[in-house]
Amino acid sequence: MALVEIPIGPQHPALHEPIMLKVRTDGEDVVEVTVNTGYNHRGIEKILEKNSWVRGMYIAGRVCGICNAVHVQTYVQGVEKLMGVEPPPRANYIRTIVMELERIHSHILISAVMAEITGFATLFMLMMRDRERVMYLKELVTGNRVHADIHTFGGVKRDLDEVRRSRILDELEKVEERLKYYKRVFETDYTIVRRLSEVGRIRKSEALRLSVVGPTLRGSGVKSDVRFEDPYAAYSEIPFNPVYRDEGDSWARMMVRLDEALESVGIVRHALERLPQGPAVPKAVPRAAKPGEVFSRVEAPRGELIYHIVSTGGTNPYRVKIRTPSFLNILNTESTYLGHRLADVPVIFASYDPCVSCTERVLVVDERSGRRTYMSLRELARVGSK
Amino acid sequence: MEAKVIRYSPWVMHFNAGACNGCDIEVLAALTPFFDPERLGVKLAPNPRHADIIVVTGALNKKAAERLRRLYDQTPSPKFVIACGACAISGGVFTDSYPLISRADKAVPVDVYVPGCPPRPEAVLYGIKRLLDKLGG
Repeated sequence: MALVEIPIGPQHPALHEPIMLKVRTDGEDVVEVTVNTGYNHRGIEKILEKNSWVRGMYIAGRVCGICNAVHVQTYVQGVEKLMGVEPPPRANYIRTIVMELERIHSHILISAVMAEITGFATLFMLMMRDRERVMYLKELVTGNRVHADIHTFGGVKRDLDEVRRSRILDELEKVEERLKYYKRVFETDYTIVRRLSEVGRIRKSEALRLSVVGPTLRGSGVKSDVRFEDPYAAYSEIPFNPVYRDEGDSWARMMVRLDEALESVGIVRHALERLPQGPAVPKAVPRAAKPGEVFSRVEAPRGELIYHIVSTGGTNPYRVKIRTPSFLNILNTESTYLGHRLADVPVIFASYDPCVSCTERVLVVDERSGRRTYMSLRELARVGSK
Repeated sequence: MEAKVIRYSPWVMHFNAGACNGCDIEVLAALTPFFDPERLGVKLAPNPRHADIIVVTGALNKKAAERLRRLYDQTPSPKFVIACGACAISGGVFTDSYPLISRADKAVPVDVYVPGCPPRPEAVLYGIKRLLDKLGG
């Protein structure tokens, strides 16, 4: 039987993001998947160089709207080292609270999208409704629903008062209750378990070879979490449990996310209850950095996020290199689709929690020579995996 | 006016043309029960051939602009475009970056602009409501 090529995306109801999967099928079986990117390239690393350190905070946050606070955290903690400023403990706690709230809403979002992809539209709607609670909490802390923009060099822009602190603690109870319910649904629902388990399995050795990160890696039983290995912000002072699973399939990855979201609720609660006293908002924000280079990493909701910042002194960065988790998780996992049915492709794709806007910064895609650049992009992905 | 036919059931198709996801999750949130757009007849259309309104988010890059024009051509008339967020209106923080066209209205005609970085879900719905009002609803 002849092979049929089926394009999924770049405009697709399930993905909401512009990426194209070219799936070649033999009947219902997938024999080849190629990922075609470039619909979201915005040249962020170049505009970071053109703008000042302070403006860079806003640009770094706009690499990705879902995980914006972790992007700003990585950028800010790197630049703070170059500037020689240290955030006060209270600011570190507030940063941690914002980042963990973001992790909760990100994990609820991808679980909701997964529910929609498996044909469970009601669960999608319910999860999106409860996600609004988390968005509201984020708005209470930062004043914004999506782009937190709360970091600044040497602290945060906005302090947390007693009224909002107790309000958040109350609301967290409800969020936790709902998360436990959704965890039970994903654990016990026959359709979801049948649809996700044994699908898109990555074994431990394979996960390391493909250099996937984050819940995808932890779902394959590899114990790796930057929050433990290299604590930043207030993570060294907050107790929490690592979440790992050995199954390595799509279901394990979703369960890792739901467990992590529950852990995050604990982290936020602990941070709010033990919020140190003292200043959080700096009186003046430094503008210039000393020459040097710095390597900064944090655990984003999707995995390890790395910034490499080079300064030659002055008010502008010389170079900012960003390595996002989805870059590895999307491009290195083409092989995991093979042998599955066509209907499993969206499920596997969603189980990596793909964040396209994170992925597409470094890849220069020229429309006229698109084909050629695209090939080198795939080679780039291969190099990253070895 | 012929456009009146869509005013009770304007189906919305969302296209991310190089956004940071901020606008996209807010458009997605606007289409879920907490904000309940179905009271306005608004529903997410999976396919451009079913859609009446295209919501464009993001600073258009060259590759996505071509795709947006194609989607616009595939959408049956009467059709309308909402440019959602600072990037789709003017390029936002990405203005003057090398791969960008920066404005949705350089690729397709835009009817309503919803400002914000990102706009709140209420603002997205308000934009749709304003469009419907304009059609004589």
